[in-house]
Amino acid sequence: MTWAGRGMYFVCRCVGGSVLIDIRNLTKVFDGAGQQVVALDNVSLTVKKGEIFGIIGLSGAGKSTLVRCINMLEQPTAGQVFVDGREITALKQRELRLARQKIGMIFQHFNLLSSRTVSENVLFPLEIAGAVDDGARQRVTDLLELVGLTDKADVFPDQLSGGQKQRVGIARALANDPKVLLSDEATSALDPQTTRSILKLLRDINSQLNLTILLITHDMQVIKEVCDRVAVIDAARIVEIGDVLRIFSGPRSPAARSLIKTVVSREIPPGLFDFSRKKQGQAAAKLIRVSFIGAAAGEPVISSMIKKFDVDANILYGNVDRIKDTPFGNLTLEIIGEPGSLTAALDYLGCRGLEVEVLPHA
Amino acid sequence: MPDFFAASGMEMFFTTFLGAHDWVPASLLLATWETIYMVAISTFLSYVVGLPLGVILVTTFKGHILENQPLHQVLGSIVNAVRSVPFIIFLILLIPLTRLLVGTYIGTVASIVPLTLAAIPFVARLVETSLKEIEWGLVEAALSMGASAWQIISKVLLPEAKPALLLGVAITAINLVGYSAMAGIVGGGGLGTLAYFYGYQRYQVVVMWSSVVVLVVLVQGMQMLGDSLAAKVVNKRR
Ligand SMILES: Nc1ncnc2c1ncn2[C@@H]1O[C@H](COP(=O)(O)OP(=O)(O)O)[C@@H](O)[C@H]1O
Ligand SMILES: [Mg+2]
Repeated sequence: MTWAGRGMYFVCRCVGGSVLIDIRNLTKVFDGAGQQVVALDNVSLTVKKGEIFGIIGLSGAGKSTLVRCINMLEQPTAGQVFVDGREITALKQRELRLARQKIGMIFQHFNLLSSRTVSENVLFPLEIAGAVDDGARQRVTDLLELVGLTDKADVFPDQLSGGQKQRVGIARALANDPKVLLSDEATSALDPQTTRSILKLLRDINSQLNLTILLITHDMQVIKEVCDRVAVIDAARIVEIGDVLRIFSGPRSPAARSLIKTVVSREIPPGLFDFSRKKQGQAAAKLIRVSFIGAAAGEPVISSMIKKFDVDANILYGNVDRIKDTPFGNLTLEIIGEPGSLTAALDYLGCRGLEVEVLPHA
Repeated sequence: MPDFFAASGMEMFFTTFLGAHDWVPASLLLATWETIYMVAISTFLSYVVGLPLGVILVTTFKGHILENQPLHQVLGSIVNAVRSVPFIIFLILLIPLTRLLVGTYIGTVASIVPLTLAAIPFVARLVETSLKEIEWGLVEAALSMGASAWQIISKVLLPEAKPALLLGVAITAINLVGYSAMAGIVGGGGLGTLAYFYGYQRYQVVVMWSSVVVLVVLVQGMQMLGDSLAAKVVNKRR
């Protein structure tokens, strides 16, 4: 089965949805002092309505620039951005301001106004939209309830913890009922536990309000916890894009592989390699890595392979993880047997929906 | 003289109830009053012009919400030029203008013209510095919500900078106390005139030193007032 086919099989709620953000051939060049920096190099991607789309990359890869081109905080050098069918990159100042009211954004350092209380901060975008009335005040109350800060309405941001500040940021970003929420490293200044609670809030908002979220991060854990699809950006280019499960279980690009290494281990610890080498010389042996997603993870494929074909398997390393409710993992095995049986056994694993990779012996 | 300055009224009050000017406490009180109102009015007027000027200086800077480099350059140069003229020279240079506006160049009301004009570029720079301190992220957040330049100025920049702006008012007023004393030497009225004409030229040491003491107290009081107002704003937000 091909990966494309597999992608269809592990359907997320996003698949088949209409396009909300369409980025076409976006290029951004910064004119620094004397030298030019290419921050985005011909980037194209689409985000579907209702999905949580992640963009991951190392620091300096161009993530912030990309997300800031969506609401034109950064003026692209070339290319187009469409949000809900409107070309943002072609709007005049006035129209752009109106369009921005429908694109919420949250930030790494929260960017709350210290001169305003929590509820005044949430009211701020409604003031900007010229919509301050009883309805607006009710909306502020509802939003504070949604983010769990009802009791902090009249407190100033200085009195809040980082997580609470980000909750205010989220409530504020939702005030004008946006079509999409952009998140620029919104959890990067928070501790892991707070990060998890903010991510859970984002997921709840996504499902309750069916709000599209585009989030950027350098943290694969964030992608793993909330995203449906992910784009990997490396040195100003998108190098891989796809379903989160697919990328986690079978990253293709070196950039994706090294990012995933930080949360899912796929490598054999060094000592084990020597161990497997010493045992060679008996019959034929192959070192393989089997990756599996979803249903296959629950089946005794390996043991039935051993039974069906005349081979032995030596499990060297394994790892199972879970994204949302789907298990996935990988297993590094040494299989030993006659060359004919080995080939048949590998074919069998492939047919059972596993991805098999033959690794070089040492 | 426009009667809202109420100077003649106050002068009459002091003369009637406290006696002639050469009676030290009476003349001291009158001079103190003159200094306070010269400083208050010129501080106020210099902010009427200097505050918008400071806002323009900040927002027309490269990359800011109203980027306009030629305008920024021109205004910046004018501000620097005015600030580089020593106040005492400035006083003399402005005599024709003061005469045109007030009818005379001597006295407390006439002093308000050079005091205000000299303070405007100073205020503009103070305001500029205060607004520059504000994190750019706050401006970007407002931009991302679709705020206009005016909304960013009135709802983000000025309210966020309020404590620094209040301290700036105190610094301006304190500077103007010093300038007003200098103006007093060329007949501008207030404590400067008192100290110079009575204290120095007539060797009335008591007048001289009491003027100095009042000046010190005034400056201390203004600084304390500014500090406490700024602290009040900051503490409210904590
Ligand atoms: N305003 C700017 N001027 C010049 N260079 C910039 C500017 N903003 C970003 N860059 C450069 O563009 C590249 C991408 O930056 P950024 O989008 O912030 O990366 P990321 O968010 O992935 O860390 C970096 O090399 C950065 O130095
Ligand atoms: Mg960034």
